[in-house]
Amino acid sequence: MSNDIRTLTARLAEEPSSLAFLELAEALRRRGQLEAAYKVARGGLGRYPGLADAHDLLARILGDQGDLAGAFDAWVEALRLDPMRTSALKGIGFLYFRAGNVVEAREHLQRAAEIDPDDQSITQALARMTEATVTPVQTSSSRPAASASAVPAEPDTGDSSADPAEQGHLLVDGNGMLLSGSLRSPGNEDVGDRVAAELAGVSKEASRTTRLLGLGGWQAIAVESPEGNLYLLPPTPDTVLLTIRERSLPMARLGLIAERAARHARAWLGVQE
Amino acid sequence: MSPANSALERVTKVPGIRGSLLISATDGLVVAERLMDGIDGRATAALAGSLLQRLGRATAGAGMQVPTFVHLRANSGSILAAAGQNDLVLVALAGLDANLGLARLEMLDAVGRLS
Repeated sequence: MSNDIRTLTARLAEEPSSLAFLELAEALRRRGQLEAAYKVARGGLGRYPGLADAHDLLARILGDQGDLAGAFDAWVEALRLDPMRTSALKGIGFLYFRAGNVVEAREHLQRAAEIDPDDQSITQALARMTEATVTPVQTSSSRPAASASAVPAEPDTGDSSADPAEQGHLLVDGNGMLLSGSLRSPGNEDVGDRVAAELAGVSKEASRTTRLLGLGGWQAIAVESPEGNLYLLPPTPDTVLLTIRERSLPMARLGLIAERAARHARAWLGVQE
Repeated sequence: MSPANSALERVTKVPGIRGSLLISATDGLVVAERLMDGIDGRATAALAGSLLQRLGRATAGAGMQVPTFVHLRANSGSILAAAGQNDLVLVALAGLDANLGLARLEMLDAVGRLS
């Protein structure tokens, strides 16, 4: 047993309700210990059925085990909980591609690309799909067949615990309740609910400030911090969308990513553009 | 000219900036100001201070440090804030036509010189 797995196992045993199961299951998956990874992920999901990260992780494990139908269902669930989760969109897109349904595959990958245009793996997957589209297009919208071969390594559906770009979107209602998305601190702690609770106050304070200073309604707040850049938008008057990326991403570009995510959020909320 | 007033002058020279002020972040009080007529410095300081505190709590909740620069964009203009040392924050009010990129650079440079 490697040191990291031993440490994570000990941490989980010490605090069974912690989110350490995500790291442990992912570490086991990477080492090819798929059955153990599956058990750890399932155990964690039992405690956190509403955690998109956990469904995403389970999907990767099931994909590695060759259970593509199971992987598909788990990614769909992850996407239901977090509509802007690009790793799930990529995973579903690739499963459709494997099943020969290029239309659905492209649609999912294009949605992922709109949410995160900086993810090179999506762009490359779309390009490869274009090159490889020599077989007849299947237009069925049914889910991919379970008998397809194991999920290959590309496109990489991402390691949500290690890649902040797969997270970093929070959609919050006016009462500070998390509607969608997830956020981890630099120490890998799940801080989504805590930040969501603060964001409702930020939105109200921004509205008050701009109104009293005669600037009208607030449109966006760009925040620079030593650890990263944040962008806040109100997709609707009653919601706030937070997007976080690394500091190296220019703020104006982060704004574009946030605007795209806000459009998705409005669609998800059923608001007509 | 004091370092504070020098900082404010540099920022207000940027095209489109309607005024700037140096505030104390925790209590939202004005330390120094250079504003166009009709802009209430005390109200601006209080509101900006309160907003920055809220944002600071949000970033702290995310396990991040205090924001170094904030840009609040509204329908008719923007509020910019650059955090300095000793609880000081340089705040600027910008019109829609302001050169925000230049204002940001001047503000970050100015708060760097203040510390």
